[in-house]
Amino acid sequence: MSTQAVAIENSKSGEGSEAVYEHPFIVRLCHWVNAVSLFVLAGSGLQIFRAFPSFGAKIPEKDLLHWPKAFAIGGWLGGALQWHLTFMWIYIATGLLYLGYQLFSGNYKQVLFLRRDLAGVCPMLRHYFLFGPKPPAREAYNPLQKHAYTTAIILGILSVATGLAIWKPVQFSWLAWMMGGFHLARVWHFAIMWALLAFVFGHLVMVVLHGWNNFVSMFTGWKKDPEYIP
Amino acid sequence: MKSVDRRKFKSMNRRELLKLTPVLALGAFAIPKIQEPLLKAGLGFGDWASAKLFRSGHLAPTFADSEVAPFDKFPINDYDVDDPGVDFDKWTLTVTGAVQKPGNYTLAQIQALPKIRQNTRHVCIEGWDVIGRFGGARLSDFLKAIGADTTAGFVYVQCADDYYESLDMATALHPQTLLCYEMYDQPLTREHGAPIRLQIPTKIGYKQAKYLTDLKVTNVLEKVGYWEDQGYSAYYGL
Repeated sequence: MSTQAVAIENSKSGEGSEAVYEHPFIVRLCHWVNAVSLFVLAGSGLQIFRAFPSFGAKIPEKDLLHWPKAFAIGGWLGGALQWHLTFMWIYIATGLLYLGYQLFSGNYKQVLFLRRDLAGVCPMLRHYFLFGPKPPAREAYNPLQKHAYTTAIILGILSVATGLAIWKPVQFSWLAWMMGGFHLARVWHFAIMWALLAFVFGHLVMVVLHGWNNFVSMFTGWKKDPEYIP
Repeated sequence: MKSVDRRKFKSMNRRELLKLTPVLALGAFAIPKIQEPLLKAGLGFGDWASAKLFRSGHLAPTFADSEVAPFDKFPINDYDVDDPGVDFDKWTLTVTGAVQKPGNYTLAQIQALPKIRQNTRHVCIEGWDVIGRFGGARLSDFLKAIGADTTAGFVYVQCADDYYESLDMATALHPQTLLCYEMYDQPLTREHGAPIRLQIPTKIGYKQAKYLTDLKVTNVLEKVGYWEDQGYSAYYGL
């Protein structure tokens, strides 16, 4: 693993601490651009949904849910589409940059949930939900974190695929076909948005629980006083 | 493990933080004056990419008669009136612009062209979709009949209800783009755009103008379309 660690020396007090470099620049850049994009895409997407809040036929229309305008972006359908169709390019661009970087730098090993992570799932679940002992940290992410991040990445890819199927159901008719047709592609796109928002909610809860040093590391890359030394 | 002084560690952190400043560029979207041109550019980029993606030979999916929605479940969408009160006896399609044979064309002249019937999906910008059965003449056949310059950029249409639309030439020449005068094997009803509407399975609903009165072949668009001029995508191909 490419993660580097340093010992920090305090020449005045003589105390020492440690830090690890967890998040490379490209990952941090993509993280924050993606966070903004996802916020705009979800907000404008919900405004688009408000134009026809249903998944059935137009006649007879049965509204699924009345989403308040205050929690939507764009003001009206046309405005929301401008936001959505602009930020989708930013979302796709950062997604490709992120995936390309992770793949070619080898940094994906830090994030990707693999077969070898399976063994650590149960002890971690016991710790989180049943007050079990905390399994020792050996790398940046524990198996459940890896599972969550890997799922989020897959959801991100699916959000683009379903979105393209809705946007271009003729040119990408094969993509719409894979989603079960244009109609279902819209259902998937909506469901995937909620799944991503659920991830974001859990992510934010964990960020609060894990404290300042962890939070700062997504800005500077460096995490002070880590639970492990690579 | 490398060891660093506390102050050096702080400056290392500061440098890494500053590297993220490009993210602040997204803040431009929050500035009202810059927001509009940025969103226009984003929409324009999508339109440009869409035109590149468009393949003349790629047909929109067609459906079996059993998959077609019942006629009374086919929604009627207008921006103002269901029926602009077209006088069918006096109606003609007025053709102008880059054509060899401008003039007024009757419904009979359009119906004399080969008739195409197709079951295709109509997709509305609002998010609903419906599979319908349509019949009419290929716009490409009509353009040939009027001697249109098909190297021109656009086909621009005006409607009896002051709606107006434009179509890029590649889509106008697509084999599924119809001057539609039938739905469900019956003459088009007034609320569905009689006597002639555009039916374009490769475009979003708002491009498929109803109650046509004028058609112009042109390179220059003074206006793009009723909704486009309020902020919708100019191209919106499916």
